[in-house]
Amino acid sequence: MLRNSGIAFKLGVFILTGVTLIFLSIFAVNYLSSRRLILKNLANNAENLTLNIVNRIDAVLAPIQKIPETAAIWIENTDYTREELLDVLEKSVRNNPEVYGSAIAFEPYAFDSSSYYFSPYYYKQGDDIRFTAIGGKDYHYFYYDWYVVPKELGASAWSEPYFDEGAGNILMATYSTPFYRKDGDRRVFTGVITMDVSLEWLQSIVGNIHVLETGYGFLISKNGTFVTHPSARNIMNETLFSLNEELSHPHMREIGRNMIQGKTGFTRSKDPGSQVEGYLYYAPVNANGWSLGVFFPADEALLDIHKLNQIVVFLAVSGIVILGIVIVSIAGSITRPLQHLTGVVQSIASGNLDTVLPPAVSRDEVGRLRDAFNQMQISLKGYIHNLTETTAAKERIESELTIAHDIQMGILPKIFPGPPSCPQFSIHAKLIPAREVGGDLYDFFFLDSDHFCFTVGDVSGKGVPASLFMAITRTLIKTKFNAGVDPATVMTRVNEDLSMDNPSMMFVTTFVGILNIRTGHLWYCNAGHNPPYLIVAENDVRPLVSPQGIALGVMEGFEFQNSEMMISSGQTLFLYTDGVTESIDTREKQFGETRLKACLSESIRLSTEDMVNAVVEQVQEHAGTMAQFDDITVMSLRFFGAECQESKG
Amino acid sequence: MRSGIAAVLAIFILLMPMSLSASPENQLEPLSFLPLWRPQAQFAGFYVALEKGFYRQNGIDLQFIQGGPNRSPGNYLIDGKADVALLWLSNAIQLAASGADVVNLAQVVQRSALMMVSRKSSGIVSPADMEGKKIAMWPADFQIQPRAFFAKYHLNVQTVTAANTLNLFLRGGVDLALVMWYNEFHTLMTYGIDPDELNTIFFPDYDLNFPEDGIYVLGDTWFKKADLLCRFVMASLEGWYYAFEHPDEALDIVIPVMEKNFVPANRIHQRWMLDRMQNLIDPGRNGTKTFELKESDFQRVSTVLHNDNLIMFSPNFEYFSKGCVHHAKK
Repeated sequence: MLRNSGIAFKLGVFILTGVTLIFLSIFAVNYLSSRRLILKNLANNAENLTLNIVNRIDAVLAPIQKIPETAAIWIENTDYTREELLDVLEKSVRNNPEVYGSAIAFEPYAFDSSSYYFSPYYYKQGDDIRFTAIGGKDYHYFYYDWYVVPKELGASAWSEPYFDEGAGNILMATYSTPFYRKDGDRRVFTGVITMDVSLEWLQSIVGNIHVLETGYGFLISKNGTFVTHPSARNIMNETLFSLNEELSHPHMREIGRNMIQGKTGFTRSKDPGSQVEGYLYYAPVNANGWSLGVFFPADEALLDIHKLNQIVVFLAVSGIVILGIVIVSIAGSITRPLQHLTGVVQSIASGNLDTVLPPAVSRDEVGRLRDAFNQMQISLKGYIHNLTETTAAKERIESELTIAHDIQMGILPKIFPGPPSCPQFSIHAKLIPAREVGGDLYDFFFLDSDHFCFTVGDVSGKGVPASLFMAITRTLIKTKFNAGVDPATVMTRVNEDLSMDNPSMMFVTTFVGILNIRTGHLWYCNAGHNPPYLIVAENDVRPLVSPQGIALGVMEGFEFQNSEMMISSGQTLFLYTDGVTESIDTREKQFGETRLKACLSESIRLSTEDMVNAVVEQVQEHAGTMAQFDDITVMSLRFFGAECQESKG
Repeated sequence: MRSGIAAVLAIFILLMPMSLSASPENQLEPLSFLPLWRPQAQFAGFYVALEKGFYRQNGIDLQFIQGGPNRSPGNYLIDGKADVALLWLSNAIQLAASGADVVNLAQVVQRSALMMVSRKSSGIVSPADMEGKKIAMWPADFQIQPRAFFAKYHLNVQTVTAANTLNLFLRGGVDLALVMWYNEFHTLMTYGIDPDELNTIFFPDYDLNFPEDGIYVLGDTWFKKADLLCRFVMASLEGWYYAFEHPDEALDIVIPVMEKNFVPANRIHQRWMLDRMQNLIDPGRNGTKTFELKESDFQRVSTVLHNDNLIMFSPNFEYFSKGCVHHAKK
């Protein structure tokens, strides 16, 4: 398609495609690098924000952890009284604003051999500090996480978050430290000291995380349970793995597992709630192994770059459009003269040579092309003028040649003597010139009532000169014959006339014979011509021998000699020119004398006319598609002689 | 919105049973019911029957007492605080054997959902691998099956009694944990544990199938209100069928009740629980009728309890099983 399009179109397509590709490459590189930069900054911000919050949480939780751990050391190393124990417990609640309540829970009978449960508990109620004893038939505190987990782990532990009904359903977590008593070298587990901490403040700290428009923070426990989340419904109800069916996706599940395993990371992720694509930064709270995640949507993160992209794309598209217009106008200024020139040249090509070419306005390639066409137009005009004249001249010559042909054919005798008006002999001849006019000749006429003269000649060369020379020769032969003149004399005289003034050095081979139609006596003279054949009988075709004479017009003063013979009744004399025997076929094989003799032998029973036609047909058949090379002349003369006389008599 | 309406209605019904039964045009007979535990899909059929009005349609003004760790269904039954309660078969047989007049109206859960899980990394695949390991178990009757299991395979296993077995297990305090298939097993999944990270041991696979939740009353109550009680059973059965056919609607009924009672609720987990309950209650297999207590199950549990010296004699099955499913047909 492009191949058939105009130059302006091709130029536009190639340049605009190239420019667009360059733009796209620059755009892609720019987009990717600025996107990487923006994400890096955002990741840094998210990291700072997350670590800041995590540190703040740790700053609250870490001191709380110290309280029961210090108390445990005190209990293990002191002989305390019940009052001292309660006093320490009460103070730890009173003096630590973050602590909601604190208990010291003992193993069965460990504090007092008479009581199965012993677990004093101080807790805040408004501004008051209240006391209660935990444990009883309905509350086996030994079975609860805050007790059994540190006991079995042998280490302090934060509980999972829980809603405390007694404190008004606020979110709490308990830090429990196990303590022991010494039994010889063994440390025997004796109970746990707990600190209940309200987690309401976490909501506000984490809830205040805002990244971009809707980015937010969330805190999950060691089990992945949401401790804080913008959607209150998720808190304590859902885990990172239960929130959405989508979270069963391996990638999301992997992120969740990394988080609960206390890893730090920044990754592409979906919003655990809304499934919006975005980025998540997460880091663990060191104190309790919980994990803080900060999520921000990708759309918002890349909003600026998307706006920038829109501007860049707008500018690029505008630029490409302007460039397109410029290309079209420049290409148009180049191709418009070309198109104009093309139209004019098409008009010239259709034959209108007089169409005026547009004037040359510039000396550029188009201007030079116009000049070249102008020159071509002039040359074409001159050539066609010459051609017209030449054609006219040729037509004239052809016309004259046609007339000459008619004249030449006209001077050949048309009426062939023979039975019944002339019963003594029969003659037939045919001349086929190779061109319009030829150099062959034949003629015959009666010298008197008994003597019949006949001649066949062949002028050297062909065409008009030969035909003129032939006409001269024929006329000379005819005028030189008087009654009683023999053929050799005629030949000698004609030769004198032809040789005398022959600047073109033309010559003519001629055979002349005079037949006495009563006796069959034949006088003849051969001037360099193919010897005629005497057809005596079937398979008896003899050449007519004679003293070797030269062609007429070659040598001045040459004396020709006569020959004579008797022709018997029924014998036929066959004369021809070399156009017959030298006729070639497509393989350039000559017709030849052998074939001619065979042909004559076959034609012995035919009339003289049929014999002539048979020979001509065979020669033409032999030549096939080959153009006739030389004039062809054949003559056949059959003598009936005495038989006719007898039959007459 | 729908769940909101359901929740309001449920609360209304829970709070107003007396006034409803007292109204003259409503000749509903009052009945109180205590499930085994806090609201969750384990009891979806009962909540659905209540919400959809199946109890009222059966002339029952049901007082639905919310269960929880501090409410022992056995005690509530014996003390007369609840007319009807859900009990595990093993618990009920012990009560009966100890002289309490508790009788079974219907066996809801046919197959024991109790199971033991361990991390694949601890390499516990057969009973023998448990030798010397530590297992976290819930208190009381939950321990009957595992103890019978340990005895059967002559295992010395350290047991830690805990109200919550998962945290201890997750933090590496124990090697194994006793969990319920329909509940804690899936909770582990929601805590980020993949199923292929765990090995499981189901008690029914070791000929220790203890049918669990059953509907119980005192014999005295049975003789006075047999018809009412069986209407309760049939309405509950209808509730279960409805819940299985309309799981989303059932969850829309159960979850608001959980939220109202501050029970952590997430839908995926409750859906898992409801689906497992269908597996456990499913009557289709073994030609068992839904809600029917099979004597073979009764005998198996009795034998284990007897061997464990938890009961001195086996209660009379004919008396113990009232078979409300059959009764209702009569």
